[in-house]
Amino acid sequence: MELVAIFISAILINNFVLYYFLGICPFLGVSKKIDSAFSMGLAVTFVMTITAVVSWVINHWILIPHELDYLKIVSFILVIASLVQLVEMFIRKISPPLYQALGIYLPLITTNCAIMGLALLAALRDYGFAETVIFGFGSGLGFTLAIIIMAAIREQLDLADVPAPLKGPAIALIVAGIMALAFMGFVGMIK
Amino acid sequence: MSTKAAGQEFIKGLWDENPVFRQLLGLCPTLAVTGAVINGLAMGLATTFVLIFSSLVVSSIKKLIPSQVRIASYIVIIATFVTVADRFLAAFFPPISKSLGPYIPLIVVNCIILGRQEAYSSKNTVGRSLMDALGMSAGFVLALLILSAIREILGAGTFFGYQVMGAWFEPWIIMILPPGAFITLGILLALALQIERRTKSRK
Repeated sequence: MELVAIFISAILINNFVLYYFLGICPFLGVSKKIDSAFSMGLAVTFVMTITAVVSWVINHWILIPHELDYLKIVSFILVIASLVQLVEMFIRKISPPLYQALGIYLPLITTNCAIMGLALLAALRDYGFAETVIFGFGSGLGFTLAIIIMAAIREQLDLADVPAPLKGPAIALIVAGIMALAFMGFVGMIK
Repeated sequence: MSTKAAGQEFIKGLWDENPVFRQLLGLCPTLAVTGAVINGLAMGLATTFVLIFSSLVVSSIKKLIPSQVRIASYIVIIATFVTVADRFLAAFFPPISKSLGPYIPLIVVNCIILGRQEAYSSKNTVGRSLMDALGMSAGFVLALLILSAIREILGAGTFFGYQVMGAWFEPWIIMILPPGAFITLGILLALALQIERRTKSRK
């Protein structure tokens, strides 16, 4: 039950983009077309789930037993950077179609604060292993959901007559604000 | 380096190349911590500290860093100073550290800092890099203060925790919640673009 609550809350209530403001750069940058938004979401979900596993292992098997808690920031960022590289090489060998689909989006993920935020939040909340994995997967799905909705709205927005100074990122942020407002309606779902 | 050139390096960060309003960098912390002015200021100062010292270190040892591993080296340097800032806040200002939560460690992935190392400190002298870092930080702090002042005054009726609005004022709770952050920043960006267009057309 606890796990279901974490999962649903990560997707809808404490959505990474709309509640924690993590991953805003790709959210604004790659949300012009639904196709690319979907690929980006897929890549983020994939990396987030793996990061959740690896960061938990590092935190609980290396950092905490040796009282190296203060190295958390340095070790997480290095692990994430090399992990993304590794995942990219791995996918290229194992599944060329998937590599084609994720393509340029994988390297971009290194600088995505959502990944680092996930590792830090899971460590901060002292999640167990299963909880961390569910949290990572759910957060990735939440990001995917937000970016796809955003892309769908922006495709429509292209046809609308937006005042000149609001064009581009300004209107996108206001749309995101209205989306965040809508997502706040989910808060009552879990007590 | 003449004083005038140094001044220009500083000034450009405030408006022409303001990291938030003009370059759209560092939006995650900008949106996340600006619910109260005190949090915005703390985040701004922590980022300033990290940016200045990272720029100093990177510009001093730029010749020693092999270009293939430069990004990784920058990240390690930045992460070191972020750890310092994080520990410092946790030790001396526990309430602020608690309310900023994971956003202080997240300075490490703030694109303003890595961006300045890659675009500026790795190519310029220590003095120029320092001025550039100071200017960019000032621009970032300015943006955070504007955004957090608007959100705190409208959302809670207070400024720096002090009541500034009269008893008649009904706080717009939405402003301190996530949607308020997106909408306020969106309007500010449009305003910045409009000012820029006006000044351009006058020239």
